Amino acid sequence: MRGLVLLAALVAAAAGTETFVGHQVLRIIPTSDEELQKVQELQDLEELQLDFWLAPRGLGHPVDVRVPFPSLQPLKAHLEANGVSYSIMIEDVQELLDQEQMEMLRGRRQMPITTNTFNYASYHSLDEIYTFMDLLVAENPNLVSKLEIGRSTENRPLYVLKFSKGGTNRPAVWIDTGIHSREWVTQASGVWFAKQIVLDHENDKDLASVLDKMDIFLEIVTNPDGFAFTQTQNRMWRKTRSKQSGSICVGVDPNRNWDAGFGGSGASGNPCSETYHGPYANSEPEVKAIVDFVKNHGNIKAFVSIHSYSQLLLYPYGYTRTPVPDQKELHEVSAKAVAALSSLYGTNYKYGSIITTIYQASGGTIDWTYNQGIKYSFTFELRDTGRYGFLLPAKQIVPTAQETWLALKVLMLHARDHLN
Amino acid sequence: HKYHLELELEDVLDKDSTVNCTAEVLYHLGNKNIAPDVQFKLEGELKNTDEADNVFYNRIKSLEKELVAENIPDNHGNVSPEMEPIHLLAWVASGYVIWQNSTENTKFQLAQIKHVKQVKRSDEYLEFDYKILLHEMLTQEIIPWQMTVLWHPQHGVEVTRDSRQPKEASE
Repeated sequence: MRGLVLLAALVAAAAGTETFVGHQVLRIIPTSDEELQKVQELQDLEELQLDFWLAPRGLGHPVDVRVPFPSLQPLKAHLEANGVSYSIMIEDVQELLDQEQMEMLRGRRQMPITTNTFNYASYHSLDEIYTFMDLLVAENPNLVSKLEIGRSTENRPLYVLKFSKGGTNRPAVWIDTGIHSREWVTQASGVWFAKQIVLDHENDKDLASVLDKMDIFLEIVTNPDGFAFTQTQNRMWRKTRSKQSGSICVGVDPNRNWDAGFGGSGASGNPCSETYHGPYANSEPEVKAIVDFVKNHGNIKAFVSIHSYSQLLLYPYGYTRTPVPDQKELHEVSAKAVAALSSLYGTNYKYGSIITTIYQASGGTIDWTYNQGIKYSFTFELRDTGRYGFLLPAKQIVPTAQETWLALKVLMLHARDHLN
Repeated sequence: HKYHLELELEDVLDKDSTVNCTAEVLYHLGNKNIAPDVQFKLEGELKNTDEADNVFYNRIKSLEKELVAENIPDNHGNVSPEMEPIHLLAWVASGYVIWQNSTENTKFQLAQIKHVKQVKRSDEYLEFDYKILLHEMLTQEIIPWQMTVLWHPQHGVEVTRDSRQPKEASE
């Protein structure tokens, strides 16, 4: 019998297809030294053809092992006889593969050919978003252009869409989404904003009046390395993906890496922390690229950095309790923007300075932009307030983007009306 | 520090159903390892959920194999209708875990159920072994946590065991 199985395996290998029918993936979490030893010994039992997806590392660390069908019964009996408990993570590996294959084919068939067939009500991969940008530019070459402002740590291009009706170095609005990669509703909203600008730039009188005097810059995937990582490895990844010397931990919080109160209270000096500020200000190429862009442009009048979740509209400062000189005006504009946002679906937002509304945070984006003289510096925290948190259902993307856009228009109009 | 709160509770499944509530929360100075004291009073009644509870209870009781599931919600925020009660149960149970681990400087939310498996029992209770991810606002950390949850329609929810888990190296 075993000879036949071996033969079948050889034949399958020769044919180039391997089948995983009936294979299961078991999870064992050793909680005693004996258990750990028994599990480690399994690695030497070659005839079982076990495939360790997570090798034994120590007590409390899960061990995941793919078990070919013929080895299931003997392995389980062995584990049970030795008092090693396990759970079945995947009942049938082949079934899961078939399902995944189906979904991928389905997805591929839906690859957009125009921005009119793009599905705004679903989450997309980095490639799909970059394709969308090129399509948008190709369809609207007189309004939209794409700029590369730098490269990420892993050498991914950092793209900014520029919406302009002409002129030279006009005063401008900057909007970024996706600086924290796990905040998926923000990149998805950025895509929607881009399309909306194209749709409305002539018939919406508010948007048209903004574009008559100002350009709009939109960076949709501000942290592409992190975004790719959330799609392939860890959906909850927040930071960049830069290696940190002297640590096994990876990444810097891009919203603690700016040169405003850098390294002070409200950020962590520990590379393993989610709010690690980095070795020095602007160490992250994703941040440096924006800093260079803003300084070189020299005429940015409004800067909005978009995050999720909590449903807040925030203005500086985060690093100090000292109110900004323009506190009164920023507070009033925020009130108007939030009222516009709520008017659509009744979504409740709070607003105020970062430090009084959310928490102390140093080295933040809009603290730096404000100190550069960009008075209208704001941060949004989009839906929701915790029910789904980062895992906001795709069906909420469009409503979120729609209501946020109303608030953005208030901010842009105010900037336009206060150009000096 | 002691806080007096006036709250409006809103039914997650029915936004029009609200109940007012007053509460007193006492955070203990010094020893941060004691959960805050909570006293509360509901001004009104919570909705009766007997029917839905029994439907869920009977469905799980009649499963041939113990329930196992992962990633609720999934990465795109989806929760299948069959998993919705499992999700809600985790919310309630994680509320207990959050309460036990809260200080004046924490704000926890349940971020995701990474894994849930039903544990067979010989009595009438349902038992689930959850591995969840908690999101802490101030530090922005994602903290894996294990909790063992008992539930019965008439006897309610109980967390019999819970422990913070180590983070994976790849995370």
